Amino acid sequence: MDAKTIIASRVAQELKEGYVVNLGIGTPTLVPNYLPEGMQITLQSENGFLGMGPLAGEPNSNLVNAGGQHCGLQPGASTFDSAFSFALIRGGHVDLTVLGGLEVDQEGNLANWMVPGKMVPGMGGAMDLVTGARQVIVAMEHCTRKGEPKILKRCSLPLTACDCVDTIVTELAVFRRDKAGLTLVETAPGVTADMVREKTAADFVVSPDLKTMHLNA
Amino acid sequence: MSSKVIDWAEVGPLFRDGMTVMFGGFMGIGTPAGIVQSMCDADLKDLTLIGNDSGVPTPGVAPLIAQRRVKKLLASHIGTNPETGKQMIAGELEVELNPQGTLAERIRAGGAGLGGFLTPTGVGTIVEEGKTKLNVNGRDYLLELPLRADIAIVKAKRADTMGNLVYELSARNFNPLVALAAEIVVVEADEIVEPGTIPPDQVMTPAALVTHIVPARRQ
Repeated sequence: MDAKTIIASRVAQELKEGYVVNLGIGTPTLVPNYLPEGMQITLQSENGFLGMGPLAGEPNSNLVNAGGQHCGLQPGASTFDSAFSFALIRGGHVDLTVLGGLEVDQEGNLANWMVPGKMVPGMGGAMDLVTGARQVIVAMEHCTRKGEPKILKRCSLPLTACDCVDTIVTELAVFRRDKAGLTLVETAPGVTADMVREKTAADFVVSPDLKTMHLNA
Repeated sequence: MSSKVIDWAEVGPLFRDGMTVMFGGFMGIGTPAGIVQSMCDADLKDLTLIGNDSGVPTPGVAPLIAQRRVKKLLASHIGTNPETGKQMIAGELEVELNPQGTLAERIRAGGAGLGGFLTPTGVGTIVEEGKTKLNVNGRDYLLELPLRADIAIVKAKRADTMGNLVYELSARNFNPLVALAAEIVVVEADEIVEPGTIPPDQVMTPAALVTHIVPARRQ
């Protein structure tokens, strides 16, 4: 199972029946593939609708997801303008958002929108999402391509928001985060807490109830 | 009842060098491509553009950026159009990035006669630089100021000749917001119908806001 599959499969277990969910671009968009049969959730798209579904039939040129790709709508979907869309997002009407991350730190700060001098695409809706959604999950590979930790004592890149991350899911581990800091609650099959510690720069405690990730891909 | 429908030849002359132009659209979906083309043909320069992004995969306002008609861009995202980043790094184009919800609400506030609003988005990030921070009921907020424009360019699925508008699916996005926040509102409509055809409770932008309508050019 590759890293993306492990991450998406484990994040899917955080979703509950009836949730309104906003999924960031990339790995988070794979999450619906791993939901239990019959579970009903509503996907919100920042560009102005609730009830996003997979593309079925001919694409409509006026219906795209937040990544600009053609998508579909579920029965019961609704569309609205961008100010209303972000009223839903900032107003706490989105239960959960799942986004990628460049860095996360032990105080729950997230950096995922720019690398000075290299990548300045703009924050799009990310700052509003992590500020307003009731729960924020960062779904990302545990280390950079160079093998450096992405879970840090303190983010070095420009922040997306402060004190916003509730859960971190990587291909190695699941962390919960609260005011006290980070707690390692699960490790992937074959991964020990010590192995996670080697690849994590942040301070964290190991839950006395540490579990092995249950993956059903 | 007089019709607001104009000929394409009348679109270009609505614009002047140095104007501030708001545009509807998200990655080009809901941006009036025919009006953007008319703006290119009008040989404009030093425009300030306000809208979500600089286009692509659907072009959106990308042709205006590529032809260097734009002096300043306010947007939430420029990553899908590498030309924007290139001109920004070369110092040829000023770019002000806003969180998308903040940008939408600044336009709405401008159109709604508000002096600004307080948002928690951006607190503790570089977005707060130079802004007033206020604490309300124990939470920090940034004071964000309203935006207005000389002209808004809008894409509608259907317009009646008075200017009542209906948008299709996710092509609504910033269109109703920019239509509220500009002195001149030019609409490119896929379909133009007689007043009374669109049921009043299905109108998404009321005719009072719209000044000019053109039939969409076949792309």
